[in-house]
Amino acid sequence: MLLKDEVEMLRRVPLFSGVAPAKLKLLAFTSERVSYKSGQILFRQGDPADAAYVILTGGADILSDSPSGEIKVAEIEHDSIVGEIAILCDVSRTATVRANSALEALRISKDHFLKLLSDYPEMTIEIMRVLADRLSHTTTELSEARSKQKQAAK
Amino acid sequence: METSLTRYIWSNTRLQQIWILFVVAVSMIPYFMSFDLPKQIVNGPIQGNGFETPGATRTFMHLEYDVPVFGKVVFFDGLELTRFQTLMALSLVFLLLVIINGLFKLYINTYKGRLGERMLRRIRFELIDRVLRFPPAQFKRVKSAEIATMIKDEVEPMGGFTGDAFVQPALLGGQAITALVFIIMQNFWLGMIAAGIVAVQGVVIPRMRKRLLELGRQRQLTARELSGRVGEIVDGIGTIHGNDTSNFERADIASRLGLIFSIRYDLYQWKFLVKFINNFLAQVTPFLFYSIGGFLALQGRLDIGQLVAVINAYKDLPGPLKELIDWDQARQDVQVKYNQVVEQFNVDMLVDPRIQALAPDPVNRLEHSLHAVNLTLSDDSGAPLLRHVTLEIKPGETAAIVGNSGSGAEALAEAFARLIWPEQGRITIDGKDILELPESVTGRRIAYAASDTYFFHGTLRDNLLYGLKHAPLTKVEYEGAKAAKNKWNINEARRAGNPELDVNSDWVDYVSAGVTGPDDLFKVVRPVLDAVLISQDILDMALRSNVDIKTHADLTDRIVELRQALRKRLKKEDLDDLVVPFKLDEYNPQATVGENLLFGSMRRPMMTNRKLAAHPYFRSVLRENDLYIDLYNMGLEIAANAVELFEDLPPDHPFFQQLTFMTADDIPAYQVLLQKLQGRGIDAASADERTSIIRLSFSYIEPRHRFGLLNSQLMAKIVDARARFHQNMPDDLKAVIERYDPERFISTATLLDNVLFGRIGFTQADGSDRLRTILRDLFDRLGLFESVLSIGMDFDVGSGGKRLTNVQRQKLNVARALLKRADYVIFNRPLPALDQRVQDHITHNIMEDLHEEGHAPAIIWVLSNTALANLFDRVIVFDKGTLVEDGTHATLLEKNGIFKELVS
Repeated sequence: MLLKDEVEMLRRVPLFSGVAPAKLKLLAFTSERVSYKSGQILFRQGDPADAAYVILTGGADILSDSPSGEIKVAEIEHDSIVGEIAILCDVSRTATVRANSALEALRISKDHFLKLLSDYPEMTIEIMRVLADRLSHTTTELSEARSKQKQAAK
Repeated sequence: METSLTRYIWSNTRLQQIWILFVVAVSMIPYFMSFDLPKQIVNGPIQGNGFETPGATRTFMHLEYDVPVFGKVVFFDGLELTRFQTLMALSLVFLLLVIINGLFKLYINTYKGRLGERMLRRIRFELIDRVLRFPPAQFKRVKSAEIATMIKDEVEPMGGFTGDAFVQPALLGGQAITALVFIIMQNFWLGMIAAGIVAVQGVVIPRMRKRLLELGRQRQLTARELSGRVGEIVDGIGTIHGNDTSNFERADIASRLGLIFSIRYDLYQWKFLVKFINNFLAQVTPFLFYSIGGFLALQGRLDIGQLVAVINAYKDLPGPLKELIDWDQARQDVQVKYNQVVEQFNVDMLVDPRIQALAPDPVNRLEHSLHAVNLTLSDDSGAPLLRHVTLEIKPGETAAIVGNSGSGAEALAEAFARLIWPEQGRITIDGKDILELPESVTGRRIAYAASDTYFFHGTLRDNLLYGLKHAPLTKVEYEGAKAAKNKWNINEARRAGNPELDVNSDWVDYVSAGVTGPDDLFKVVRPVLDAVLISQDILDMALRSNVDIKTHADLTDRIVELRQALRKRLKKEDLDDLVVPFKLDEYNPQATVGENLLFGSMRRPMMTNRKLAAHPYFRSVLRENDLYIDLYNMGLEIAANAVELFEDLPPDHPFFQQLTFMTADDIPAYQVLLQKLQGRGIDAASADERTSIIRLSFSYIEPRHRFGLLNSQLMAKIVDARARFHQNMPDDLKAVIERYDPERFISTATLLDNVLFGRIGFTQADGSDRLRTILRDLFDRLGLFESVLSIGMDFDVGSGGKRLTNVQRQKLNVARALLKRADYVIFNRPLPALDQRVQDHITHNIMEDLHEEGHAPAIIWVLSNTALANLFDRVIVFDKGTLVEDGTHATLLEKNGIFKELVS
């Protein structure tokens, strides 16, 4: 896969859809192309966060450790970004990501990602939008869960 | 040390000095004969004295002497020679005397030179010997660069002076006295005048020179301090940069140089003043001769013949006299220097040489307890570190010493290692003070490691085994010329008072390390390296280094097997694509275009990319098939891509790290080039421009840069060019380019490249980490791990071990202490540079696993992490310089004392 194909794919990622193609090309060039086999781990829960991954092809499971063992929290598909939260707020990985098929990804190192955000405010806004979206989503889910809990308690 | 240099020289070179005096005396005979000869030649055959009649002959070489008892003895009747024959004969005798005089001079100078060099060697050795015996506290006061200057520079003139120390005054004094006596014999009063002036010279000049000597002493001191400061600047460069004090250092150095200048200038002025007065006094004498002698002659009290003879004789006096005064100046100068040096090296409490005596035989184990008896230690300011501590460590006992920093625990460990000498009390083993035990006992049976490490310039192996090098254990057999040279070396060493120890011998004491020789050394080294968690680092060093095929044939001979095993292993683990192997007839997409063309490695620095690119053969290969046009177009595309990607970025932007084929500074130049050349074909470019464009293509790796510039056709073309390049390669290139050969070890490539024989795929996640784990396991399975460690051991640690990280140095320092297999091992917070977790891991390794097999030393460990105290038989707690608790871990915990506080 060539740089220009990667740029095409990056544009399909919502986070990057507003960024000029020339900048996406630079982003693609400065990030590392990595391929994973099915079952291979991108990163583990608890590891220090050093990079974000844009999934170009294939998909991955997001797993979380729990007292009863690993549970699958979610699944991600191509054209999505994973691991960006941990590098934004400097925490260790909150979940394990494991490829569930052959997977190709762009690995954007933490320094490069932060530099991109400071260079291109449109990206920062996009990130904020995505985060706010998630937050409202989580809030809704939480209030739903609470009301269910209350009902169950009654 | 002897305080008078003259006495020092005399006592060490007495016989040689007497011999050279004798030789000088003998050399005077032909020297004076050659004075008389010209007169004989001129008066005899040339002017014709004795050859008044034609055909007259004279006797030549008639040797006849009065010998007591025998009366007149004729040794040789002589030859009857004509005038011409006599001229020739006398001239030949003259030539002969010239040669004899020359040979004498040659012999005397060589002899004196050799004498001086031996003396220099002796002094230098003696000084270094003293440094080795200085008490530890001395090193807190001296600067290493100052000591080095003293030994290297300041004693140097002493060597030169040695040869002249006695010969010169004897010779010159003799000449001067002869001349003076001759004058006195001509006329007593004139002689007295000459003697008077000489006496004035002899009194005044040395007085004036006193100041010269004082200035010389100052010059020496300031120069020494300067070198001490230069040493400080070099050692402390980090601190200087870190505090922006470089200008302060500049000011300090400038003021020192100013002082040195003023001293030297003063010296210079004074020296020429002295010279002037000296010359003046020498010239006053003829003035007195002319005026007073002339006056006496006018009065008729002195005949003119006598006056002329006196003046003639005086010509021979100032020369030797001046040289004699110069010699005296040199003597005093050297004496001052010598005193200066001796003052620095005459140190109280020097270690007795017997304590450091060579002990080639194995030293018995220490089977008695280590006692500290009423031990009081204090620091340099006199502040107490430890007060009246009495304690006993039994052989084989493990003791944790616990306490906050400043509690005295560290000081106790240093005292056990003899780094601090007790203020009161003592440390004994079997009733003997450890300061009086020979170092062959304490240095071998007691091991010590603290956080400050020192590594000598050399290989890792040298440094790791340093603690085992106590005595030359093998006798090196030299052959032929080397044997003669060795014999000569030994003789010379003996003559200069140096020891005859052979540094080429194998000094490593394998037996005390618990092995039989160098071959099974790794049996003990490896567990130690594993215990301090450094074997992976050493493995990495080995993988990154080029391997000497001669010394590591055990590994290089098995390279094919190793490569196959790696392939098989990767296949088994379904990691085939982790490494893309080199194949002669295939393009390797994970390697650069340049590597694919070359398909070999270059012997640097004889061959470099630049040199190869300029080589006519390489150029001709590229020109065939027009490959260079393809590469040119490719380079142009790369340049266009790079400029497009990076032109807007500031030059210090972190993204530039990814740009491997050019730097941020190159971008504008390529921008200009592109504007000129894009779309115009290769002919538009000059030779230089072509080179800078084609150069870019050589670094291109498709999976990494992903510009989409390689197609199968071009790859085939490159593989084809590679074949042609290697087919008819000229000899000069063959000597510096080693082709990748799957059947052979490539000596110019690193071990890693050799084992992989390919490139790690760029898109492989964590490729090199996974590979390292696999390789480590593979080396182990094939029984090659130790060979690889041995290659890593060849790593050059740099000056002071600076090429190693602080963490590596501290680990190796502990390893070095463990390798000695001492009976008492003292660790004084040895690993502060490491994470707490790793420190704990290493402590566990050492305490639990390492001494399972047989050898169980007493371990005294000043712990940083009190929680580890449960690994030890006994816990000793210090607080504010006193021993407060002592007992097993369990009893101390029950006690509810300081220890419990420290643990919680």
